[in-house]
Amino acid sequence: MSKATHSIPRSIAAHAVLSAYTILALFPVVVIVINSFKTRKAIFRHPLAFPDSESFSLIGYETVIKQGDLFLYFQNSLIVTVASLFFVLLFGAMAAFALAEYRFRGNTLMGLYLALGIMIPIRLGTVFILKIMVASGLVNTLTALVLIYTAQGLPLAVFILSEFMRQVSDDLKNAGRIDGLSEYRIFFVLVLPLVRPAMATVGVFTMIPIWNDLWFPLIIAPAEETKTITLGAQVFIGQFVTDWNAVLSALSLAIIPVMVLYLIFSRQLIRGITAGAVK
Amino acid sequence: MGTLELKDIHKSFGDVEVLKNIDLTVEEGEFIIFVGPSGCGKSTLLRIIAGLEDATSGDITIGGEVVNDRPPSKRGIAMVFQTYALYPHLTVRGNMSLGLKQDGAPKAEIKQRVEQACDMLSLDELIDRRPAEMSGGQRQRVAIGRAIVRKPKLFLFDEPLSNLDAALRVNTRLEIARLHRQLGATMVYVTHDQVEAMTLGDRIVVLNDTRVEQIGAPMELYNNPANIFVAGFIGSPKMNFIDAKLLGRDDATTIGIRPEHISLGGEGGDIEGTVSHIERLGGETNLYLECGDMGLISVRLFGAYDFNIDDKLSGKFEDGRAFKFDEAGMRII
Repeated sequence: MSKATHSIPRSIAAHAVLSAYTILALFPVVVIVINSFKTRKAIFRHPLAFPDSESFSLIGYETVIKQGDLFLYFQNSLIVTVASLFFVLLFGAMAAFALAEYRFRGNTLMGLYLALGIMIPIRLGTVFILKIMVASGLVNTLTALVLIYTAQGLPLAVFILSEFMRQVSDDLKNAGRIDGLSEYRIFFVLVLPLVRPAMATVGVFTMIPIWNDLWFPLIIAPAEETKTITLGAQVFIGQFVTDWNAVLSALSLAIIPVMVLYLIFSRQLIRGITAGAVK
Repeated sequence: MGTLELKDIHKSFGDVEVLKNIDLTVEEGEFIIFVGPSGCGKSTLLRIIAGLEDATSGDITIGGEVVNDRPPSKRGIAMVFQTYALYPHLTVRGNMSLGLKQDGAPKAEIKQRVEQACDMLSLDELIDRRPAEMSGGQRQRVAIGRAIVRKPKLFLFDEPLSNLDAALRVNTRLEIARLHRQLGATMVYVTHDQVEAMTLGDRIVVLNDTRVEQIGAPMELYNNPANIFVAGFIGSPKMNFIDAKLLGRDDATTIGIRPEHISLGGEGGDIEGTVSHIERLGGETNLYLECGDMGLISVRLFGAYDFNIDDKLSGKFEDGRAFKFDEAGMRII
């Protein structure tokens, strides 16, 4: 960085703010992870201490793994998250393309209507959603969760992606049309790769709330075979006795898959930016 | 074969009329230029010919067939864009062959045509590169190559040189002129640059504010502009327009005189003024004379001259070179 645009006090201040925020954001995660490696006594005696030779214990993880269903919960969470993410990105991008590319009556209204969901939390409709799911026999299926999360993720996806789609060069799309490419091929082959950074952003924003959600799995799909990991971790929380080792271990494990997904997307994000656009 | 006919084309976006009453016939092998200021509808007209935009009314005929309802890929056209619009994920070869592949041409023929086009544009060494690995000039050559391989009835160029720097622009301009001679193809070329229009075109269509102002060969537009707009648009520096009353004439409202048709010095000049600015270009010298009520008059002299700012000069119009325009801006002959 050049000296002209760089001042040390300002940079210290910026780093102080950023560090403070990082500590604040990471604190609960770190507490969960370090305590998951400690004995029950140590968790309550020194909750902030790192595990040492005396307090180190894998009892939580052993309980979690012995409770054989945990693998199933992970699988359910992964299926629901990946499937919802796929549909949100696919349909969101298609709707965004149509809004950005085609002139038709009511285009702006349609865009507003599709973006409305950003402001209205989907949980307000829980009772009706439950009624619909009961009526259609989808209660206690992963399909129900995928449908709900797709609906939940679409508004933001359409909103962000249509902004990006507008920036894709018209000439490029027209060149495709003159070469006889169908609108679908123009969309999938020419446009999608150019909005990959935006897709990654939308992917991250969509994925995390789905993975972390406790509300809909609890209401729509609480059955043993459809439990997601966040719901599954609750089995260790009892009304009178809570197995904190197991709860913390389960939650620590639950962080891993979503972190892997995040890393995949963030790499795409960087690659998308560096790939270079039309010119 | 390669003819293009536009019959009474209208185009409006909602309530805004962009084009009206456009009639044009382009002969086989002709190089036609659409020129005009930005927003005059020239690009829209080109997009209508390409089929990327529907005309509100009117007929488009390419090679003797009405193509109003045909998609762009079935019109027998190829287009070169301002931003090159190369497919970023394909190599030069892939870019050039995509259109033919879509048409279902046999592989051997595609290969042969691509190589022929590369030969013509000296792109052989770049054939396996991707657009990101090429310079602007090279990309535009690839875009032109992509048009050539399709062997279209009609080439469409949408300001193809606007994104190139000055030196490349001249080279690519020559290249396009050479291609036109070599291929003998019909070409329609949109530009806002009147130098490109004058140097490339067989005929120029001057558009302004939704209408065609005049159609004619470059020198015809220069020597015989139909109205004040064409007179001012063709030629650089721009033609001077002077209120006829200030020159003591009553046979016109406005008198137009090109900067190169004013000679300085001598007795009985038409205008008098002080030099306010001098541009020395080596081969020519442009003077700007402050002439009181007449405003700033530009004078173009060939060769180098030794004038100074604030010199008082008088200028004389060359015989028969002044144009007369009436109140509505139409030429009086």
